[in-house]
Amino acid sequence: MSIYLDRNSIVLVQGITGREGLYNANRMRAYGTRIAGGVTPGKGGQTIEDFPVFDTVSEAVARTSATVSIIFVPPPFAADAVMEAADAGIKLIACITEGIPVHDMLRAVAAIPADVRLIGPNCPGLVTPGQSLVGIMPGHVFSAGNVGLVSRSGTLTYEIVDQLTRAGIGQSTCVGIGGDPIIGTVFTDCLRAFQEDPDTHAVVIVGEIGGTDEEDAASMIARREFTKPAVAFIGGRSAPEGKRMGHAGAIVSGSSGTAQAKVQAFERVKVPVADSPATIPELVRSVMREPARK
Amino acid sequence: MRLLEYQGKELFAKAGIPVPQGRVAASVEEAVQIMREHPAPSVVKAQVLVGGRGKAGGIKFCSDAEDVKGPAQAILGMNIKGEIAKRILIEQRVDIEKELYLSITVDRASKKPIVIASAMGGMDIEEVAAKEPSAIAKYCVNTAGGYWPFIGRRVAKEADIPAAVTGQFVSILGKLYALFFDVGAMLLEINPLAITKDGKLIASDAKVDLDDNGLIRRADLEAWRTDLPDHELEQRARRTNLNYAYLEGKGNENVGVIGNGAGLVMGTMDAVRAAGGEATDFCDIGGGAKADVVRNAVDIVTADPRVKALFINIFGGITRGDEVARGLIAALDGGTWKKDRLVVRLTGTNEREGRAVLEAAGIVAVETMNEGAAKAVAIAKS
Repeated sequence: MSIYLDRNSIVLVQGITGREGLYNANRMRAYGTRIAGGVTPGKGGQTIEDFPVFDTVSEAVARTSATVSIIFVPPPFAADAVMEAADAGIKLIACITEGIPVHDMLRAVAAIPADVRLIGPNCPGLVTPGQSLVGIMPGHVFSAGNVGLVSRSGTLTYEIVDQLTRAGIGQSTCVGIGGDPIIGTVFTDCLRAFQEDPDTHAVVIVGEIGGTDEEDAASMIARREFTKPAVAFIGGRSAPEGKRMGHAGAIVSGSSGTAQAKVQAFERVKVPVADSPATIPELVRSVMREPARK
Repeated sequence: MRLLEYQGKELFAKAGIPVPQGRVAASVEEAVQIMREHPAPSVVKAQVLVGGRGKAGGIKFCSDAEDVKGPAQAILGMNIKGEIAKRILIEQRVDIEKELYLSITVDRASKKPIVIASAMGGMDIEEVAAKEPSAIAKYCVNTAGGYWPFIGRRVAKEADIPAAVTGQFVSILGKLYALFFDVGAMLLEINPLAITKDGKLIASDAKVDLDDNGLIRRADLEAWRTDLPDHELEQRARRTNLNYAYLEGKGNENVGVIGNGAGLVMGTMDAVRAAGGEATDFCDIGGGAKADVVRNAVDIVTADPRVKALFINIFGGITRGDEVARGLIAALDGGTWKKDRLVVRLTGTNEREGRAVLEAAGIVAVETMNEGAAKAVAIAKS
């Protein structure tokens, strides 16, 4: 079992004829993901490296029965691509594109139906190790197992998963939710899904400065809506206030969004916070040994 | 992109939101000219982004072309908490009866625009929230439905806005909401939204923060950037589309940091601090960076004289290790930075190819982030 994604997921690549789209379509296929083809408006009917290309998502869905889409469309057109996928009946959308106007996303999240799960934008995608990878992550660092991971960061996720795998701790599903202020899926959505997944025994939460997503996750744990063992890490402890750190989401303003507030929120609900990615595997082992939180 | 007060007020005025009559000046002569054309009791305000300019002496008063000289001279070039005031806004004084607060920002939790209002204006809204949370009204607007007057009436009621100005309040909020989407704002704040002695609402201050990603649709607003106080290296980075922030704090910054992905770069800054050093910068070469991007990043980060060691931390996903390695070699070949002050950590996609390129140039990549941070700090302190 896993969350959101498994070996049966049939996947479309929106923007498949672009440099990143094609490169990653090939990498995903090599990993074992069932890539049914791609969509590029105006290039329908072509075949690119054995991938059939369609003009519209709705045509692609009709011909391939795909239920998952990954988006590599440039920023000005990406929100349009998200809404097109939702409109065509896609149920899981991973939007990789970085730099989408926040107001486009405000409109997109308001427009997509409640039963469509959007991951991102500005995210690395998600992977259920050994089954399916829908994203841009380096597949070889992941290994199948029982620890779920949810992260606001991309590359920091690879860093942490690499540490887990080297320590012999496999993963059920890893979700990179993205670093933008407006994203489709937040920590609490993933924790809810991990709670229901019998094969996820513990979860690693990788947060960063800015926003209150980490605090919301801690409140959910306090309400006992998530009861499995968990370990957290917060990136950006040394970031100064008011400076934007790349992710539009990662900015500390006033007293809200500081690393300290997030660390405290997790510690209050007895979720240990790692000082460095290197200590995460050890913490995961220790929380999995402890009796369930009361 | 945060805007200066005069820029924000220009946007407000175009959107039909009342603002005091005023003009911006960059020299004493311009200030005198403005007062000659509009002789009236006026306020001279330093145009800086940092808060607390009033307490720092950045707001003064004058009444004619003669007595504007002193305030203009004093404020132009004034250092306010590290920021130099390059411009002053000269505005006709408004007789204020009461100060309100009104803003619209992006609410991450509800994924909607949120309206925040209070009858307790003129002070920091976070202070009001801490002392008297019931004095603040909040409303998340349904993005699909947009703004309708009932929203303004409800917010005005809940925030205790005086009934006599509710009509004006509802209208101003509608214009503010339209402007919010028009310019792609992350924050539009009017604090204070003043009630004048003759019962008119007027925006006494303007705080505007635009979404940098949204500027692809509003290139006209990009032009204002030149007036904003940025570090020279940040300006250079922006011209070349590099994600770079110059960091300054305690003065012990010594390790230049470059990485791919904001989270990893922040993690690297944290690791440098844990190893006893301090990052001079945040530099994210982003996903899928090609060799020339890496080269540019090395050039900009090492142009900072505080950098005593350079730590490049790459975990390739969409970014290919061999591309990074080639860019690095090009930067070292074409620049002045020496490889003995460089620590590289390279792993992930195409790591073997990347390491081979580096080794051919005599650079050995370290295995882990903590190891790299420790090594870079040791070099910086040697």
